[in-house]
Amino acid sequence: MDLYEYQARDLFEAHGVPVLAGIVAQTPEEAKAAAEKIGGVVVIKAQVKVGGRGKAGGVKLAKTPEEAYEHAQAILGMDIKGHTVHRVMIAQGADIAEEYYFSILLDRAERNYLAMCSKEGGVEIEQLAVDSPEKLVRYNFDPNTGIDADAAAEIAQQAGFSAEEVPALVEAFQKLWEAFSAEDATLVEVNPLVKTGDGAIIALDGKVTIDENAAFRQPGHADLVDQSAEDPLEAKAKAHDLNYVKLDGSVGIIGNGAGLVMSTLDVVAYAGEAHNGVTPANFLDIGGGASAEVMANGLDVILGDDQVKSVFVNVFGGITACDAVATGIVKALEILGDTATKPLVVRLDGNNVDEGRRILKEANHPLVITADTMDGGADKAAELANK
Amino acid sequence: MSIYLNKDSKVIVQGITGGEGTKHTALMLKAGTNIVGGVNARKAGTTVSHKDQAGQDVDLPVFGSVAEAMEKTGADVSVVFVPPKFAKDAAVEAIEAGIGLLVVITEGIPVQDSAEFFNLSLTKTGPDGKPTTRIIGPNCPGIITPGESLAGITPANITNKGPIGLVSKSGTLTYQMMYELRDIGFSTSIGIGGDPVIGTTHIDALEAFEADPDTEAIVMIGEIGGDAEERAAEYIKAHVSKPVVGYVAGFTAPEGKTMGHAGAIVSGSSGTAEAKKEALEAAGVKVGKTPSETAQLLREIYKGGPSAESAPVTAGTATVREKAGALVDKVKSTLKR
Repeated sequence: MDLYEYQARDLFEAHGVPVLAGIVAQTPEEAKAAAEKIGGVVVIKAQVKVGGRGKAGGVKLAKTPEEAYEHAQAILGMDIKGHTVHRVMIAQGADIAEEYYFSILLDRAERNYLAMCSKEGGVEIEQLAVDSPEKLVRYNFDPNTGIDADAAAEIAQQAGFSAEEVPALVEAFQKLWEAFSAEDATLVEVNPLVKTGDGAIIALDGKVTIDENAAFRQPGHADLVDQSAEDPLEAKAKAHDLNYVKLDGSVGIIGNGAGLVMSTLDVVAYAGEAHNGVTPANFLDIGGGASAEVMANGLDVILGDDQVKSVFVNVFGGITACDAVATGIVKALEILGDTATKPLVVRLDGNNVDEGRRILKEANHPLVITADTMDGGADKAAELANK
Repeated sequence: MSIYLNKDSKVIVQGITGGEGTKHTALMLKAGTNIVGGVNARKAGTTVSHKDQAGQDVDLPVFGSVAEAMEKTGADVSVVFVPPKFAKDAAVEAIEAGIGLLVVITEGIPVQDSAEFFNLSLTKTGPDGKPTTRIIGPNCPGIITPGESLAGITPANITNKGPIGLVSKSGTLTYQMMYELRDIGFSTSIGIGGDPVIGTTHIDALEAFEADPDTEAIVMIGEIGGDAEERAAEYIKAHVSKPVVGYVAGFTAPEGKTMGHAGAIVSGSSGTAEAKKEALEAAGVKVGKTPSETAQLLREIYKGGPSAESAPVTAGTATVREKAGALVDKVKSTLKR
């Protein structure tokens, strides 16, 4: 999960990373009050999880609380690359002398962590990496050792900082590592990390991604979820512990196993080319078990999507054999009763497939159409969605 | 032959007394796995009762630690079924004890934990300078050498023994492929898992399949996220002479959304299925548009071989093996070049 800038700021502060005062506001009144509380020049910053907000007019300087009110009024509700601004952060103005870049992230390819640092911050780091790779220090390190004082000093020196500058940077790098480690982050990025006129190092803008698998030991992270930005169907699925992602199409998809479901989306999209370009409505993985209850919950979520015109149930029976899956589908339809209104193309394969198909045939549910192959089922579901 | 796992492998189960551990210990025994015991510190000294492949009762000893289990039984493989919260400790314990193969089935382990135990495994090296413990997973179905041994949760009865090696990020897609190609059969099938940090990679498996005399062709299944498939493509180009067919899932996945597997996410323009497919094709790998087309691509290698037309659907027999051997030249000339 990606955090908003204000959440990253709060998290940095909690771990002793030097930051400036910052208060989140949802209304112009709150923004004004925040500006009064902070005092002096403040910056009104749109809180969106996308880059380029400065260019879009989502960052403004305010010299007075009244100005803060006006800017907040203009920025709140603004659309930045498809993201509506619901919050602004009122941040203390900074006396910026220099802008640097620092980040720690999970390096999937190397299977360890990577710290990156540059004396040229405030710019798109992807661009810097392409244009002037020599200006970007890349430092891979063992997760079990982390960034100690020596490692932090080495990173700073490699980036070309002077002996006087190094100590303050070492402290900031170590604190950022502590934040990364303690919060189960997969990314902590500070851009820019600034040096102020009086030589202090401050994390001015932060980006943090946290690992949702660590939720069991990070009770505070649940509060960081932005409920208002969540798709209602995704929230409903989450409440049922279902792995669901809302998409734009009209063919509802249910399958077991992440890979098979991803593959099902692709196959439906290909099949849809012949049926007026219909595409999948969602990703839904009900896991290996595929019990009646889980199937019913899954169907319930999918049928709650008004865009859905047909549903493709694609299950490979492994340890849970096809007869159990078929029984699950029949029972799920019983549970749903009249709320199930869309045609259901069911393709079963794997263990005990004949018995599974027999059960579906015998139940003879008016909405259920069986398919022998994944490709055939996808084609049928796409056809029905195009009617 | 096979890779990493065979009928002589002595397997222990970490979490043998839990729900998943109990269920899959029974299934592994049924598949013929030589399970020699399990680990649960709180139930050390007890036994758990199961039936072996022949239906005979077996009492498996529960040990207090992996080290003790290895010492008493000579175990060289451990399968981990413990919940995410305790998975790192279980893995660390097995790595410290020096187990040869560690199969971590558990889904939902924090990635920092996986990164920590994986990097720990790199520091525990044997006399050859290589890590003593090979890790498969986490968040994977494990490994199966059909007809010999199963260390994981792959349904053993959906396929047969044969000459195909399979390596995949996805469980059910693996099963689908194993089922579709069950008449040809598999030497070993490995689910490497869908997490951002995994032990055994596509490249590791490709290297092992290339060296395995009984593997004649390889199926490689990938999905969105990271660049493991791209790197595997480079490796295939440089080091793999056996034919490889590929499949990549997730062409329609939107950017920035995690698709079920923690590692399955397209970030900006990186990690896309399109890029992976292109990289594989540039390396001479035929990539199927759908799972069934992928199975068909592999099948085409065998079609037209000297005795393939009348191939009986029997597994694990010399007939299939000999046929595969006779077809190897045909195979090599068709797909790879």
